[in-house]
Amino acid sequence: MDFNLNMNLNEQYGKNKKAAFDKEALYDMLIIGLGPAGLSAALYAKRKGLMVGVVSNKVGGQVVDTTSVENYLGIDFATGEGLVEKFMHHVQTLDVPMLKDADVKSFEKTESGFEVTLGRGEVIKSKTLIIATGSKPRRLGVKGEEAFMGRGVAYCAICDGPLFEGRDVVVAGGGNSAVEAAIDLSKIANSVTLVHRSEFRADQIIIDHLNRQSNVIIHLQTEIQEVFGDGLVSGIKVLDKATGEVRELKVEGLFVEIGYLPNNQLVIDKLDLNNRGEIIVNALNETSMKGVFAAGDVTDTPYKQIIVAASEGAKAALTANDYINRG
Amino acid sequence: MALLNEQLQGQLKEVFGSMKNEITLAVFTKEGDCYSCEETISFMKEIEALSDKISLETYDLEKDSERAGDYNVVMAPSIVILDSDKKYRGVKFNGIPAGHEINSFIPGILEVSGVGEALPEELLAQINALSKPVNIKVFVTLSCPHCAGAVQKAHKLALESDLIDAEMVEAQTFDELSNKFNVSSVPKIVINDQYEFVGNQPLEVFLEEIAKTQ
Repeated sequence: MDFNLNMNLNEQYGKNKKAAFDKEALYDMLIIGLGPAGLSAALYAKRKGLMVGVVSNKVGGQVVDTTSVENYLGIDFATGEGLVEKFMHHVQTLDVPMLKDADVKSFEKTESGFEVTLGRGEVIKSKTLIIATGSKPRRLGVKGEEAFMGRGVAYCAICDGPLFEGRDVVVAGGGNSAVEAAIDLSKIANSVTLVHRSEFRADQIIIDHLNRQSNVIIHLQTEIQEVFGDGLVSGIKVLDKATGEVRELKVEGLFVEIGYLPNNQLVIDKLDLNNRGEIIVNALNETSMKGVFAAGDVTDTPYKQIIVAASEGAKAALTANDYINRG
Repeated sequence: MALLNEQLQGQLKEVFGSMKNEITLAVFTKEGDCYSCEETISFMKEIEALSDKISLETYDLEKDSERAGDYNVVMAPSIVILDSDKKYRGVKFNGIPAGHEINSFIPGILEVSGVGEALPEELLAQINALSKPVNIKVFVTLSCPHCAGAVQKAHKLALESDLIDAEMVEAQTFDELSNKFNVSSVPKIVINDQYEFVGNQPLEVFLEEIAKTQ
């Protein structure tokens, strides 16, 4: 029996309890997002001596939903959650005030900087902003997906996998997340069919691992066309692109792991975005609005990797620091 | 063999050091076919041993049916956290809170003992305006990292109102109940067996759904 105790409980309840977030203060830097980009920015900003605060509705961002991380330099293996705990612990040793479980509704430019309005109507003032809102799972966009969401269509394999014990499931996607989900599910489900519309994008090392599972079937160059069922998912329709044949796969679960969409709701009418909806940033993480910087998965920086997001967060904080010092 | 290793015991002792008042863990099991009843009792004994402020009472779902009725316990194993007056505050766990659910169970103990931050006033006003009983079921799996957050929120709401009863339901242990509510993504939150949503949503979403029951 495992117990995945969150090491930061002491910082939440105990003797190491951290300073409360001051909603009346004028911040030098307000970071929106508590994933690797936001946390790394917080670390760098605090070390520069800035008055910095973080607002977020999801500690750790997408990393939390990752089973294992094996490509972060210096850490040969960590669970996604374990890595987030290390990040959080590191930042909290510097006593950075954080407002968790808070939605940011909007922000406005003012003479002294920015006013950020939270979901409950409170307004936080800051000289600069770092947008590190990350991304969310991309949907397939096929018939039935929406209707069966939470009824067999799932986006978090580690969360929902146990509910499909002994059943037949499909994983959609061909990147690292999809292959890892298929490996995890193969330990629980009766069979796992991986369906991907083109060739694998995943690292060879984990494809080899997938190929060693005896209950995994792989269909590349295959497109999912429809999810069907009666109340709950009972199957999907797929198109074999090589033969043009449409087939039905009888499955009870469909795990969608086909990449991510930027969480750009906050900036959609305010900052320049690319055609994928990602915030356009330059090498200094500046956006199209002065005083607003962005980092991590929400930006057009290529390769959505934890280490990339962390390094971008550091850059954004350093650029913002220069901006503040220049006055 | 201990379920909690030494390192974990040390960490929990430290966390329990910040408990304010005493609490009681009332654990309901049943004879015969009961998945994880034995482990749950062992786990609770180990938790009890980590703090002077925690005491354990064990009951049988059938033999102590009156007591079970007091806390609306209908499943086993089920754990109810009682406050220093041995009052039921609406904080309940159905199924063993192991895996990631230790992160809702430990905060549950701390909150019932009287530590924890107060909710924002606008939310409290909404909670105080309730007039009819509210039951919140949060379906979870033990491998779900953000389910514990949803359970914590439900319990936090329960602590603020005598009308709210909030319970974690471990979906694999209670698969019949999970199937009844078509649980295939977690956390799934079901309010008064009627209104539902999926995901660790903000407290405002919990309250919106709760408002529908009034």
